[in-house]
Amino acid sequence: MSHPAGAEHAEPASKLFIWVWIWLLLLTAVEVVLGYEQYPVKLMLTMLMSLSVIKAALIMAYFMHLRFEKLKLVLTLVPALVVILCLFSIFFFPDSLRLMNLGWGR
Amino acid sequence: MSDAEVRVEALGAGDWGGGSLPYAVGSKKFGMWLFIISDALTFSALLIAYGYVRLANKNWPEPFEFYPSLVTATVMTLCLLSSSLTMVMAVAARKREDRPATMKWLWATIAGGLAFLVLHANEWLKLIGEGMRPFSNPWGSPLFGASFFTLTGLHMFHVVTGVCFLGVVAVATGRGKFTSEDVEMSGLYWHFVDLVWMFIFPLVYVLSIHHG
Repeated sequence: MSHPAGAEHAEPASKLFIWVWIWLLLLTAVEVVLGYEQYPVKLMLTMLMSLSVIKAALIMAYFMHLRFEKLKLVLTLVPALVVILCLFSIFFFPDSLRLMNLGWGR
Repeated sequence: MSDAEVRVEALGAGDWGGGSLPYAVGSKKFGMWLFIISDALTFSALLIAYGYVRLANKNWPEPFEFYPSLVTATVMTLCLLSSSLTMVMAVAARKREDRPATMKWLWATIAGGLAFLVLHANEWLKLIGEGMRPFSNPWGSPLFGASFFTLTGLHMFHVVTGVCFLGVVAVATGRGKFTSEDVEMSGLYWHFVDLVWMFIFPLVYVLSIHHG
């Protein structure tokens, strides 16, 4: 993730970005298949969110160039977001699980 | 010390020394990143609230059919993903100082955004035609309309803003204005709009397919 000073101007080739785009399309296709097949909601949610996190990471790392920036920029931006998302989850997880086990929503 | 020496010292400052470019990115690009992180939190809060009210309400509607709703949403995803690729090409072309190619790729990106907007507006009109309102709908929990319209509406607003932003960048690039950092910054914004859709698509569409 980190590069020596000056290396950030080395531009990755277009081919790399086309491969990232193809992977994003393939992961989207998997989501559509999951929507067609329909599995139990907990399994669906786990699989769909894992796919989305992978897609988000690909977009941030390659399209948004984060993989080619200095590590300290990544460390300034990403961990704060992850920590707050974890706090959201801790806050809502127990009650969401209770509601899910009641079988109310879908 | 001369001005030039002071500048060199500031630029070369170590990780904890600050300096004028501690992240080796321009202030515009860094500003856009800070905006993106705060905007990501706004969308996260809305998506988590959506997930919670969905679980907490009996009779949550699942009004989308695999065809046409999910197929349309998939085409919309394809439009956004492809426009992100053309945006990457625009940024690369601008770095090569190739302004005509930059404009070409920027207009292609705008076309992708507009296609997304037309399909999405069509989807909204169809749902409104079927009787869906922000506080009521014919299928079940009234909160479905509120959460659907706020989430997709805020995202659509971002796409509209992005299309205008890229239009300004494309016109200015054609007139010989704007630096490559300006194009890159608009690209960061556009990819973020794409990234948010990667969460709205599965949570709002894929999980709401009607199975009779």
